[in-house]
Amino acid sequence: MKVIQYIGIGMFIIALLIFTAILGIGHHELAPNDINIDNQYHKEAIIEAGQDAGLFDSKIGGVAFISKVKSVIKAAQKNLETKAETSLPDGVSEWDYRIGDGWIGSYTNSMVSGTARGPVQNKPWLFFLLTFGLASLGGLLFIIPKFSEHPGIKHNGIYHHSLTRGLKWNMKMVFLIPTIIGVILFGFLKDGNALWPIITVVLALLISYFVFYRQDSKENNPQRDSSPINTGWLGVIAGIYFIGFYILLYWAPAYITNWIDMVSPISKLLSGNAASQWFLYGLMYCFIVVVMGVRMLTKYQHNKYQRIRTLSVMFFQTGIAFLLPEILVRLNQPYYDFKNIWPLNYSFFFKYNIDNLMSSGGLGIFMLVWGIILIVIGVPVITYFFGKRWYCSWVCGCGGLAETLGDPFRQLSDKSLRAWKYERFIIHGVLVFAVVMTGFVLVHYFTGKSHLLGLSSDSMKAWYGFLIGAGFSGVVGTGFYPLMGNRVWCRFGCPLAAYLGLVQKFKSRFRITTNGGQCISCGNCSTYCEMGIDVRSYAQKGQDIVRSSCVGCGVCSAVCPRGVLRLENASGDIATRTVPERAIHITEDQVTLLT
Amino acid sequence: MFYAYIQHHKTNENVSNIVIIGNGISGISAARWVRKLSDHTITVISSETDHFFSRTALMYIYMGHMRYEDTKPYEDWFWKKNRINLVNDHVDAIGFDSKQLTLRSGKTISYDKLVLALGSKSNMFGWPGQDLDAVGGLYSFQDLEKMEKHSQGLKRAVICGGGLIGIEMAEMFHSRHIPVTMLVREQSYWDNVLPLEESQMISQHILDSDIDLRLGVNLGEIKDDGNGKAKSVIVKETGEEIPCGYVGLTAGVSPNVGWLKESGLNIGRGIQVNSHLETNMPDVYAIGDCAEQTDVKPGRRGVEAIWYTGRMMGETVAYNIVGKPVAYDPGLWFNSAKFIDIEYQVYGEVPGKLPEHLKTIYWQHPDGDKSIRINYHVDDYTVKGFNLFGIRYRHEVCKKWILDNTHIEEVLQNLGLANFDPEFYEEFESNIINVYNQTESKNISLKTKRGLSKVLSFLK
Repeated sequence: MKVIQYIGIGMFIIALLIFTAILGIGHHELAPNDINIDNQYHKEAIIEAGQDAGLFDSKIGGVAFISKVKSVIKAAQKNLETKAETSLPDGVSEWDYRIGDGWIGSYTNSMVSGTARGPVQNKPWLFFLLTFGLASLGGLLFIIPKFSEHPGIKHNGIYHHSLTRGLKWNMKMVFLIPTIIGVILFGFLKDGNALWPIITVVLALLISYFVFYRQDSKENNPQRDSSPINTGWLGVIAGIYFIGFYILLYWAPAYITNWIDMVSPISKLLSGNAASQWFLYGLMYCFIVVVMGVRMLTKYQHNKYQRIRTLSVMFFQTGIAFLLPEILVRLNQPYYDFKNIWPLNYSFFFKYNIDNLMSSGGLGIFMLVWGIILIVIGVPVITYFFGKRWYCSWVCGCGGLAETLGDPFRQLSDKSLRAWKYERFIIHGVLVFAVVMTGFVLVHYFTGKSHLLGLSSDSMKAWYGFLIGAGFSGVVGTGFYPLMGNRVWCRFGCPLAAYLGLVQKFKSRFRITTNGGQCISCGNCSTYCEMGIDVRSYAQKGQDIVRSSCVGCGVCSAVCPRGVLRLENASGDIATRTVPERAIHITEDQVTLLT
Repeated sequence: MFYAYIQHHKTNENVSNIVIIGNGISGISAARWVRKLSDHTITVISSETDHFFSRTALMYIYMGHMRYEDTKPYEDWFWKKNRINLVNDHVDAIGFDSKQLTLRSGKTISYDKLVLALGSKSNMFGWPGQDLDAVGGLYSFQDLEKMEKHSQGLKRAVICGGGLIGIEMAEMFHSRHIPVTMLVREQSYWDNVLPLEESQMISQHILDSDIDLRLGVNLGEIKDDGNGKAKSVIVKETGEEIPCGYVGLTAGVSPNVGWLKESGLNIGRGIQVNSHLETNMPDVYAIGDCAEQTDVKPGRRGVEAIWYTGRMMGETVAYNIVGKPVAYDPGLWFNSAKFIDIEYQVYGEVPGKLPEHLKTIYWQHPDGDKSIRINYHVDDYTVKGFNLFGIRYRHEVCKKWILDNTHIEEVLQNLGLANFDPEFYEEFESNIINVYNQTESKNISLKTKRGLSKVLSFLK
């Protein structure tokens, strides 16, 4: 059994190495005719600059090619700039003639995509099998023998293991500070607009000040943060890999052309189109959720709630989030993920989306109405009956990844009261940002006013997508699994979770009940709460747990050694759910948080 | 509302100086409740750790489920915020007349009221070799450090004594893939407490978990490796020598009172206290593992070294200290534990050997990891006790049924009210009803299934 597991790990590591290495193989070949740019002036200038630079007559390796393309575009930009001053053609606006900075990224991507030549493009299926196939097979070989173990809690050695034990404060800082600064700097260089970077920098500095200096936490580690005695180096490596992956995916897809080309045949089978980086991401997501979902099934053989819940997230990710939209595209219908709800799906009210749905016949209109019904009726009603878990830990894709890939890191969430205070400000701040941004976008859509109160709806839209959509939910949300637990995004950032949480807190039948006086304050529930809820502080008082952040994963109940916690729905006492009426002894009941 | 109540009831007397020895669940519960009820000065002294941690979670630190920090039920700022002074020192002597404590550091601390929450010590029965290195119990944080120290490269551990601590220690070593032999005096695991069927089920579960369980044997001697460290254990009955690098002594615990034998305190098995938890010395109270009740409630024992009674005594003693006398009442017996992967809960009267006034019904799952036992009175058929393995039942519901002298058939028909298992779990209430129907030749059936709504109206 052990041997099979070692072989599995070996296969997984080989697959990961191949996957990483193929980014460096092959070369690019670009002919002037392949350039797919609508603006004729731009295209001609780029072709001219390209011929000067020798872009078209050689086979150039990946990274060198991309930087060459960039320098060609910049040269073309400069040429046009000079020409614009002297020989601007009649009837052409200078701004159409010149290449704005904003075009550089998308021209680079369009000139790079489809030009890669090499082993990956010649045999994409082989490389797909050597990476996705081998990694999944290796993972399953490692996981499936665990079905023969005794059903029961499988947390032995988590805090001894280098991958899952977490990072010390100093190492966390090494991650946090460059990530925040890097993301903001990148956004600034990309856009050239200073307003949003300044706002973000100020916010980040304020948060850092309060978190790291005001409470002297650098010297005096706060209790129940996620700082272990020694940094887990595998955790560091995993964090770097995750973060690097997201940076390339969101902001530099030209560098992962080989990955995208590798999965292109699958995309063509499904939707008929060549793959984009988002297809690659969706496909990887499915493989990870399924393989790590099987791991959850082995881990919780004794817990039917966990097994059904895991099957649910596996189904919603592969079926509803991934396959169905691809099939819709094949049928000439709009790409639509039926379970993605605004404001998590922040582009739902963007002009292009509304126009696209409105112009796609009956199904498009249905999708638009469906999306709105989910927001105004679906979320409040279902959350009233079952709590926010129906979405966050049963349906949602981010939740699905957190509950499968992220499960080994769930203990790393910060349980301190302090973390809870920041959580409330940050997540509701993001909700407000999302609502305001959408408000601007809708005003723009209906009235045509692109500016309100001096702020441009387009730039707000772009910065929301950049900071929250990509930076927070992707780079930090998943990249920080080994640092801050598997629900960083869901806990601190997701505006939909904030909305669901408000319903759960004030109007829901859901709560976690505690079993009389049976709690022994051991702390397993708090430790394994991925949302950083100090479950024990309620359980030892015999008090029901009603928290807006609780995603109802049910793991606190699963890991309790004394049978104290149960997820329940009931309307009988909905107004008094938090009242500690079920306390057992004299009056072990006070609910005052000493802050 | 409750806060206002506390404000109103805070004592207006002069502030007195409350000193508590011991920062376990009893001492800390006392400190917290004194603070809730009064403005007295509170000092808690312990030489074990700086802060309160959950003793019952020691095993999870060793197993890597949690870190020490995670076992602290309150964050470190809590104590300052609540004006509870923590002193990390050891009390060497108590002057009951001078009302003064002498600490190992040489300092002295005086008190107006003293609470002794001294905890327990692992039992040692004078076995040869019991004081060697790599021999220890499992009670304190230092015991855990000792286990950790000797675990590196450990080839086998031998555990002497069954019971709850023995099985915990076995699970701990097993979690690190260290082979474990368990020597248990009884013929079946913990059969002095558990009824035979449950005891046999757990014995089987221990064996299935690859732990070398030896029943009906005692520790004869621990052999010295020549350097003052244990190298093997001799089984008394067979003379067999089992080589091992660590010997766990887990034959129960007893009150940590040896050092007070000559102090003038009345000491039996523990420090003797009346129903208000007062000792024979003025202004001195004793609570938790170290206290022995002189006025023992029917069906209870004088010394009950469990988490829950410690917590209740801490709360009770606080009321007595602040001048609101309350008699200690542990209420209906309940307890819980976990035997490797099988959870255990008990409510009410479920002794190992069935007394004459009780009848019992018992159902066990064919997989050998779940069971339900319900005891009821032979004459009036009122329900008396529940024993659950691998199934969770609601404390409040079971308690209410027992205290209300509910008829067994009414209990069985509504048994779903008690079920506390997670959603989607199979419900086994009908199975135990079938057992009752066969035993009593009746034909009752389950009317109420699991669900909180019905429980809420039942408990109203």
